[in-house]
Amino acid sequence: MTAIIDVDHLSKTYDSGTKALDDVSLTIEEGEIIALLGPNGAGKTTLISTICGLVVPTGGTVRVGGHDIRTDWRAARKMIGLVPQEIAIELFETVMNTVRFTRGLYGQRPDDAYLEQVLRSLTLWDKRDSLIKELSGGMKRRVLIAKALAHRPRVLFLDEPTAGVDVALRREMWQVVRRLRQEGVTIILTTHYLEEAEEMADRIGVINHGQLLLVKPKAELMGEFGKKRLTIELYEPLDAIPPEITADRALDLSEDGRSLGYDYDTRAERTGIARLLADLSGAGIKVRDVSTKQSTLEEVFLDLVDEDEHAQEASEPMEKTA
Amino acid sequence: MNWPAVQAIFMHEMMRFFRTLTQSIASPVISTTLYFVVFGAAIGGRIQSVEGISYGAFIVPGLMMLTVLQQSVANASFGIYFPKFAGTIYEILVSPTAWLEVALGYVGAAALKAILVALLILATSFFFVDMTIAHPVWMIAFLVMTAVAFSLLGFIIGLWAKNFEQLQIIPMMVITPLVFLGGAFYSASMLPPFWEQVAKLNPVLYLVSGFRWAFFDVADVPIGVSLVAVAIMIGVLMAAIRWIFLTGWRLRE
Ligand SMILES: Nc1ncnc2c1ncn2[C@@H]1O[C@H](COP(=O)(O)OP(=O)(O)O)[C@@H](O)[C@H]1O
Ligand SMILES: [Mg+2]
Repeated sequence: MTAIIDVDHLSKTYDSGTKALDDVSLTIEEGEIIALLGPNGAGKTTLISTICGLVVPTGGTVRVGGHDIRTDWRAARKMIGLVPQEIAIELFETVMNTVRFTRGLYGQRPDDAYLEQVLRSLTLWDKRDSLIKELSGGMKRRVLIAKALAHRPRVLFLDEPTAGVDVALRREMWQVVRRLRQEGVTIILTTHYLEEAEEMADRIGVINHGQLLLVKPKAELMGEFGKKRLTIELYEPLDAIPPEITADRALDLSEDGRSLGYDYDTRAERTGIARLLADLSGAGIKVRDVSTKQSTLEEVFLDLVDEDEHAQEASEPMEKTA
Repeated sequence: MNWPAVQAIFMHEMMRFFRTLTQSIASPVISTTLYFVVFGAAIGGRIQSVEGISYGAFIVPGLMMLTVLQQSVANASFGIYFPKFAGTIYEILVSPTAWLEVALGYVGAAALKAILVALLILATSFFFVDMTIAHPVWMIAFLVMTAVAFSLLGFIIGLWAKNFEQLQIIPMMVITPLVFLGGAFYSASMLPPFWEQVAKLNPVLYLVSGFRWAFFDVADVPIGVSLVAVAIMIGVLMAAIRWIFLTGWRLRE
């Protein structure tokens, strides 16, 4: 696979002083779907807007298909389609005309046959002559997607495509995205729904406070979520875990010595739970209760963001001492 | 050059004009008629002729200029302000369209609309006065250059404006007074010497005067000066627009 987007040490500080992007580096492969996950204000829109040319970076470079977005902007922009977060669309225009308009902006000759195909795939063909103001919110969003596709971009940015959209429509949107991906379009979407990242993405990037905390293939992340944690409550507190029980297991003892934690992989052939319990009873350790908990993407995400918050706090100067 | 983009923007702007065709046409025709009735009949009754031209005919170039200036500024400023206001400008900003192409599309459409309306006024005025145009080619050249210059100005106003009030303020406070004091309805030579000198500081005077020369072969100021003035204005405004787009001022964060 080859990199279609190369973001290198990108920074953006707005005039207001807000540091919305802090040294972000990211390589996006051709044909993948990457989800940028992060809470509101994390910098997702700023990142997308900078790559697309709406925001002027204060540092770093971006290349799209090898073309620098500042020096070779025309070539870079021709490859990109953007569906913005806010629905900004001309209301007194027909669906077909607005899509034709966008195609023109990208310097391409009219091709109504292709536009028909796009509108059909977004179930907008019947609405082609309707004024946009007559359409529902979900349809308006699909018109924005149609506009973004009007020039056959190789990379599509979807900024929170399903924010405020009902479940049925969300599923429909996912289908649209999958179909585009099959056609070879690289897709970058932002979301604050984990479910969405999980459902759609090949890779997931977590962003907070303008920093890209991690980027990992979803499968790898899911491997981490496939883990479960078994908590064993004990009748008698332990000072330490007897060596014959620790053996080669990943076991940990709580501070008060009253519970043992055991991480295991649900997908492994043997979880090792039965053997652990047998060993405990063999060592005379009485078990009061057991419980298990699955770590979700949500938790991993919150942990990451949480760690990040602490790091931020720690690095902030003490101002409230007075 | 990204010509399809120029064409897309241009056609998009022209379509708005045609969608509201009655409105676009009716109001200038009605106001011209009113000007003829009020100025032509009332003042024309007292002033038989100015510089040998019947007063009714004398005000035609002024009326056309008045309209071209107002319409150019209004069309172009609204044309670019509206997508900024509605947020749809993002589409242009992320597209492979350079400042010159964006400006050509918007300014071209704004200027053409203003020219069409001015020609409509000319056609209407033939119902009221009898006249022949001395230099028709220069008349069109002046009309086009003025429309372009003021559409560029309107375009900048639209880029600069942050709200509807700002959008209206310059046309209202600056352009309209300049036009009314620019000799649309009188000749600068009719003023007392002091005021004649003051009037000559008004750039619009040169436009009206040059335009009137194209009609009647008489002018308050040398025609060459008028042409150079418009050409300089176009150059300066183009440079300003280029700067705005290249720095992203009020367009990009
Ligand atoms: N135009 C702007 N001017 C100043 N600050 C902004 C602007 N846009 C966004 N920000 C700030 O930058 C940070 C990141 O915002 P944004 O990129 O919109 O985040 P997200 O899309 O992840 O919600 C936020 O603190 C936001 O308030
Ligand atoms: Mg956002």
